[in-house]
Amino acid sequence: MEPKTPNPSLNLSDEAIGNISRSEELAYELRVEEVMTPAAHVVQSTMIMQQVLDLFRTARISGAPVLDGKKLIGIISIEDLIRCLIEQDCQAPISKYMTPSVMTIKRTDPVVEALKLFVSTKVGRFPVVDEEGNLEGILTKGDVTRGLLKALQRDYQVEEIRRYRASHLFEDIVSDRTSLILRYNIVAGDFTHGGAASSAIKRALLRLGANPQIARRTGIAVYEAEMNLIIHTTNGGVIRVEIEPHQISIEIYDDGPGISDVDLAVKPGYSTAPEAIRELGFGAGMGLYNISRCVDTMKLESVYGKGTRLRLRILLKDNETVGEGHSNSKGDSRP
Amino acid sequence: MTLADLIQQLNLTVLTDPKDFSNITPQGAYTSDLLSCVMAGAPFGGIWITLQAHSNIVAVAALREQCAVIISEGAIPDSATIARANQENIALLSTSQSSYQVAGQLWELGLH
Repeated sequence: MEPKTPNPSLNLSDEAIGNISRSEELAYELRVEEVMTPAAHVVQSTMIMQQVLDLFRTARISGAPVLDGKKLIGIISIEDLIRCLIEQDCQAPISKYMTPSVMTIKRTDPVVEALKLFVSTKVGRFPVVDEEGNLEGILTKGDVTRGLLKALQRDYQVEEIRRYRASHLFEDIVSDRTSLILRYNIVAGDFTHGGAASSAIKRALLRLGANPQIARRTGIAVYEAEMNLIIHTTNGGVIRVEIEPHQISIEIYDDGPGISDVDLAVKPGYSTAPEAIRELGFGAGMGLYNISRCVDTMKLESVYGKGTRLRLRILLKDNETVGEGHSNSKGDSRP
Repeated sequence: MTLADLIQQLNLTVLTDPKDFSNITPQGAYTSDLLSCVMAGAPFGGIWITLQAHSNIVAVAALREQCAVIISEGAIPDSATIARANQENIALLSTSQSSYQVAGQLWELGLH
């Protein structure tokens, strides 16, 4: 398998940087020394070509770094050996036939630098050196892939542990009423981050051990409310989610402009969204109706000119409480 | 039918990172350009056909856990949208055909 290569031109906008994938992120975080392998076979420049021939034959290799002491000074390959054999010059020192000044990569470089080199040079392996030019190891594309996979596996385990801990969050805390409050500030007109809060809330609930169906219902309800804040408010608004073992209470509030006719607003198909917003696929007039289908109770209060407050509640059954160690591995029905 | 078959049969362009589509089996499909309708009606694990190509389609597709979004009429999302889809593990597929043509073919292929 080829390693996943990030766009080598890497002219990322700020926005794109916020959205790079975990494997790309890892390519920046991991150092070459964490993924390289030690050089199994090296030769000293003072050795003769006959010794290279013997080494290549017994070790079944096609190339080796050439060192002067510990310092990397070149590379000897099977092509070099063939040239030497044609000349019948097997007693010559390696330095006569080796390729000097090879391209190297530093042990402290991020893996992404190596990926760029692999892409731009089409070379399959690079010697890894330290600051003094001493050979530290060899890096192949396979090493990078293996290293990234290992790191992803590590990430996955960390997430599993996090999930386990979070899913038991409320068990060890004694109080008359324990809850966890999440707050998200939503900026008016910020379509780029539309859905970010609802995704985060859904993920948090899954970590806390919520039934996937509950997490989905909450995610959908919050998404619609989040988009309403982005589309309709003057100054944005706040989403406040209070998670308790037996219920999820969500409050979405803003300071304007407010809804002039609340009854009309909850009617399916009624929308006040302007044309430009509708062209993006919003403004179907189904938002509040969707929310009401996902929650157990919904209360909408609004004063035109003052602001709007939407209160939602999702009730959890005894066998699907959050943060008390219930597993969320199954459950696939729709809201 | 797997996502890989479907990409081949409909000759779709994969906009997100290539991956093994042959172990993904879509659980149904849905078509609408109104995000709220998708939020209410798209089957989980399904494919969503739309001509919308802006970044909010990824948020919607993620919350409805879509395995892929087929963007019709040749609309191409920006790179940030594609990056976001990669992050959410949702395949963005592009075609010059209309949503109606895509839906028709999916139905013919047995995705009901």
